[in-house]
Amino acid sequence: MPEPILQIQGLNAHYGDFQALYGVDMEVSEGEVLAVIGSNGAGKTTLMRSITGLLSNGPGQIKYHDKDISRLRADEIAIQGLSMVPEGRQLFPSLSVRENLMIGAQVGRKGPWSLESVYKLFPILEERKDQQSTSLSGGQQQMVAIGRALMANPDLILFDEISLGLAPIIIKDIYDALPGIIGEGMSAIIVEQDISKALSVSSRVYCLQEGRVSLEGTSDTVSREDISRAYFGIE
Amino acid sequence: MDWLNVIVQGTLLGGLYALFAAGLSLIFGVMRLVNISHGDLIVLAAYLGLTVTSATGLHPLLALVLVVPTMGVIGYVLQRGLLNQTLGDDLLPPLLVTFGLSVIIQNGLLEVYTADPQKMDAGTLETASLAVGGLNLGVLPLLTFAVAIVVIWGLQWTFYHTALGRAFRAVSDNQDIAQLMGLNRRHIFGVAMALALGVTAIAGVLLGIRTSFDPSIGGGRLIFGFEAVIIGGLGNLWGTLAGGVILGVAQTVGAKVDPGWQILSGHLAFLFILAIRPNGLFPRISA
Ligand SMILES: Nc1ncnc2c1ncn2[C@@H]1O[C@H](COP(=O)(O)OP(=O)(O)O)[C@@H](O)[C@H]1O
Ligand SMILES: [Mg+2]
Repeated sequence: MPEPILQIQGLNAHYGDFQALYGVDMEVSEGEVLAVIGSNGAGKTTLMRSITGLLSNGPGQIKYHDKDISRLRADEIAIQGLSMVPEGRQLFPSLSVRENLMIGAQVGRKGPWSLESVYKLFPILEERKDQQSTSLSGGQQQMVAIGRALMANPDLILFDEISLGLAPIIIKDIYDALPGIIGEGMSAIIVEQDISKALSVSSRVYCLQEGRVSLEGTSDTVSREDISRAYFGIE
Repeated sequence: MDWLNVIVQGTLLGGLYALFAAGLSLIFGVMRLVNISHGDLIVLAAYLGLTVTSATGLHPLLALVLVVPTMGVIGYVLQRGLLNQTLGDDLLPPLLVTFGLSVIIQNGLLEVYTADPQKMDAGTLETASLAVGGLNLGVLPLLTFAVAIVVIWGLQWTFYHTALGRAFRAVSDNQDIAQLMGLNRRHIFGVAMALALGVTAIAGVLLGIRTSFDPSIGGGRLIFGFEAVIIGGLGNLWGTLAGGVILGVAQTVGAKVDPGWQILSGHLAFLFILAIRPNGLFPRISA
């Protein structure tokens, strides 16, 4: 049984008076790829923001490598090897492509990922390395966002809606690249609207509905009916 | 020749204004903070220079070796201890807090140094001049202008060619995502303020060699700095130098017409440029 890398227990999240997550429990093992699905507004991005420390959490709610990280700042968590490809890419517009990648390495962690290996994964980025990141196409921007997260040499990488707003052919390219990315013992959480994509790359799946976990299962055995019930809340 | 002289003197004066402005511009660019106490910090630096020179007998320019790091430390502590707490979506808290800081610095200087005008003694540097093609140029104004160019070049280089500059730009673009890259924005802001006040230290000491100063003159220096920043275009450091020069030339030309018009004609030039180019001459950061 592999060790858990991330343990979430009774996680709540709030935006002012509005509660976005209610007692979420979740676990990711080392080397595991987990899918998180759920309709718009279910709380997936909120969950990612809580894990990465962009939202503040109650004590003891999130453990990473058996250490409580619930109260740490986002930069302190990043340095421990947890990185994210955020929803909507969110590249730095004032930085060139190369600088966007370089800043991912700012945490100073050693590992297989470097400018060279990212350029090898996405050769187009080397051709465009001196351009402003915002001048790239959506798919290329997503490659920069992935490369930027990899440059931190994370143990656990979160992908929030990597295919959102991209053409199907680009989505295919990016999913084809995923196995090469998540090899090397890295764990991953993939947030995805496309359920079959999510199931095909993951070993386990969680479904969120209105801030609660409505389903937890193994990706190749979970049934379509269970998913639609968990997804839409139809009884 | 007379008018050429006026314009050259104004240009050199613009170097000092650019030094007043550079710190303001840097801070606004990195953290969208408008520092109302900036002028008083310039005056504080001048007084620190005075204290160092009178205590050690050092030349004011050598005193910079102590004044620059001291102001840098003050900047970092001020940012971490006070100003970071005021930053957020609301622009008003930092304005109010830095306004309060301005009052505190002025009163503190009054207590310690009294209201009597002071000046730093820089020996022959104050009066030395060079004859260039019929013009008589003061060495101090020339030096000030050269320092302004070096400082702005240095800041520009830091911004675009170092990891620190990359961090400044990233935090300025998107604070949350910058945190995800392992950058602690509170620290980055502290470093930016340290750098800005290091530049302010240079500006203050050069000011204190050039003219006499007292605790009340900070407000005027803040206005000149602001005007240079706005004329040049927010977030563009070379534009800030251009803004300083335009302001300086407008002032010396005004003073040539009538000595009482110096300050007014600077403000008029500022209003004129704001009217035709509301975003300044060279808006946005340019590489
Ligand atoms: N910044 C915010 N302020 C207030 N409410 C928010 C904010 N961000 C998200 N929400 C709300 O929290 C809920 C979950 O949003 P989110 O986590 O973005 O969902 P998902 O990523 O699953 O689409 C939604 O009801 C959304 O309206
Ligand atoms: Mg989302």
